[in-house]
Amino acid sequence: MTEVDKALGIVVSGSVEKGVDIRLDTQASVEDMVVGRYVTIEGAKRRFFGMITDISLGVTDEAIMQTPPDVSNSFTSEVLAGTATYGTLHVLPMLTIGGDTASIIEGPQPVKTVPSHFSRVSLASEQDMELVFGKEDAQRFWIGNPLDMETRLCLNLEELVKRSNGIFGKSGTGKTFLTRLLLIGILQKSKAVNLIFDMHNEYGWEGSSEGGSRKVKALKQLFAEKVAVFTLDEENSKRRGVSTDFTVRIGFDEIDPEDIALLRQTLNLTEPATEAVYQLRRRFGKDWMQKTLDLSDSEETRNLLLQMNIHESTFGNLRRGLVTIRRLPFIVPHAPVDAVKSILEYLDRGINVVLEFGRHRDITAYVLVANMLARRIYDSYQKKMEASMAGNVAPPTPLVITIEEAHKFLNRDVANYTIFGNIAREMRKYNVTLLVIDQRPSAIDEEVMSQLGTKITCLLDNEKDVDSVLAGVSGKNELKTVLSRLAPKQQAMIFGHAVLMPVSFQVREWGSQESYKEFTHGTHSKQQAEKDIKELFD
Amino acid sequence: MNSKIGEVIESTSTGFLAEAYELYNLPAFGSLVKVVEPLVEIYGVVCQAGTASIEPGRRPIARGKDEASEEAIYRSSPQLIRLLRSEFSVLIVGYARDAKIYQYLPSKPVRIHAFVHQCSADELKRFSQTFDFLNLLLAANVQVPLEELMAAVLREMSQVQDDPRAFLVLAGKSLTSLLGGDYQRLRTILGRLRS
Repeated sequence: MTEVDKALGIVVSGSVEKGVDIRLDTQASVEDMVVGRYVTIEGAKRRFFGMITDISLGVTDEAIMQTPPDVSNSFTSEVLAGTATYGTLHVLPMLTIGGDTASIIEGPQPVKTVPSHFSRVSLASEQDMELVFGKEDAQRFWIGNPLDMETRLCLNLEELVKRSNGIFGKSGTGKTFLTRLLLIGILQKSKAVNLIFDMHNEYGWEGSSEGGSRKVKALKQLFAEKVAVFTLDEENSKRRGVSTDFTVRIGFDEIDPEDIALLRQTLNLTEPATEAVYQLRRRFGKDWMQKTLDLSDSEETRNLLLQMNIHESTFGNLRRGLVTIRRLPFIVPHAPVDAVKSILEYLDRGINVVLEFGRHRDITAYVLVANMLARRIYDSYQKKMEASMAGNVAPPTPLVITIEEAHKFLNRDVANYTIFGNIAREMRKYNVTLLVIDQRPSAIDEEVMSQLGTKITCLLDNEKDVDSVLAGVSGKNELKTVLSRLAPKQQAMIFGHAVLMPVSFQVREWGSQESYKEFTHGTHSKQQAEKDIKELFD
Repeated sequence: MNSKIGEVIESTSTGFLAEAYELYNLPAFGSLVKVVEPLVEIYGVVCQAGTASIEPGRRPIARGKDEASEEAIYRSSPQLIRLLRSEFSVLIVGYARDAKIYQYLPSKPVRIHAFVHQCSADELKRFSQTFDFLNLLLAANVQVPLEELMAAVLREMSQVQDDPRAFLVLAGKSLTSLLGGDYQRLRTILGRLRS
């Protein structure tokens, strides 16, 4: 495109709060405009960056609408186009760069004013976008291209992982793809390690693309040296040909009352039943679960329950729940090896851990395991961080914990009890952050949502979900329009801490051999990379 | 150069009346004519034309009852050519000075007996590069419907362009901004422009 082609029109009205209106030039067709695209506005003293949030049609004379011209001959409509009938863009200015040297060095700043009347507006050029989103480098990772542009949208992952982040989107919009991409980015370009609770076995070894037509490779296959796959279901992993590093077993004695509290909804436990767990734990100590399950239906038991003031039906309810847990194949009376310890060992060595759930995809298993492991890892990190604050040792490697179906852990009822609620709120200080993946953001506790640094969202079409994702973002209503117009696949919008302004983008391609090459390039020595690729495809 | 078609017989700031040298040899309605003066060339468009008796009080009478054709009337009464005259009114739309065209009224009206020339295709093309003259046409007080005149002028001009349609679209756009609040009038004109 030449410079002339990029000229769109001029500013005719506007306000800081609502954005500016731009009258399109005759040669610019409304049909070429897309909500979500970027424009630059050349004000008299400064340049503005903004996003097109609405496109509308206008007429100078109401009579045109009452008696429209004969459309069988295009002459009249051609004449009227751009003069009596015209297109209007609504643009939300987001960033500004002053004209003087100091402001140029300072870089883009948030907008505090609007461009003056008749400022020229054009499509943002590649250079403009680069100025805002940076170039790919040691810390910046290319995640996609802004809609209809060649520019690479690069995220500073070092910055990104300093806070908890969220990926949202309704089912089938490409959350998994996006997450996989982001995980690779974190693996390559930041010092953080990932711990992924991989409910659907998609991140460690190959997963299928949407529609299942082709296989796409995942972390372990591309970065064998830096990724360890843990599994809860060895048999399933073997069948899928996954080379696993560790089989996780969880002992009864590792389960705490908090874990049961979290499972209250999925296990259908009553309030008193969850209360009873704490009493049983106090009474029986570490082995409470085994001992509770061992209680036989005898007079003795009834006396015991009476002593603890637990009603019999409550106990029955609790017992049924515990039996459900016991039925999970990876739960054993005593775990042979401490899973948490080995996960921590790997993480300390800078190796990313993917925990596969195999066939245990039901939410009970996922919530139980994720919460239990995360809680103990949290404790360990907290201790290490405190030790490092005291000056004895180096701080632990920053950790990013990825959880799916996040609303199960972070909904209003349980967010205050679960470890994930805690991490989202305060664990940043202890070098642990979350990567939350969910399709119902509205179900997540508002407090947790507000603490997420950067949010990436694919298409959402539930009003409540959109509201909760965009809560607190300036220009929310305008962004809503953009968000609801995203393509159902491979398009997303990112906003928050890691980017200067919200941007909707086309997610980087993933799944072809070329794309793998691009990703692996630069992480190993060239020879190693070539060897890896050869092995993969032979 | 034999483009001389008539002579000015009445003149005002906004236009003039000219008599054609030959009976019925009138420039086309809406066509561009010019009057060449020592310093300036004044351009105008033909907005009205007609033929009548030389003496206002003596109206012609019908003569063809026993004649076979119209030409036969003139053959049998050759004096008729002397007793009738063709006249045309011109609305001034601009002038040229030092080879530069200004599309607004000249400072002085044209002089009586100045020669009126039909503009060549090249001149017409040169004049029609901008549309500022449309405003003069719109403001004119003429006896013909203004919409007809506008359409005729633009049609005339379009014929000498490389891309007549593109020219008309461009002209239409200028008209649209001039006629902002008057869509019906615009529609009428555009209806007479499209092919």
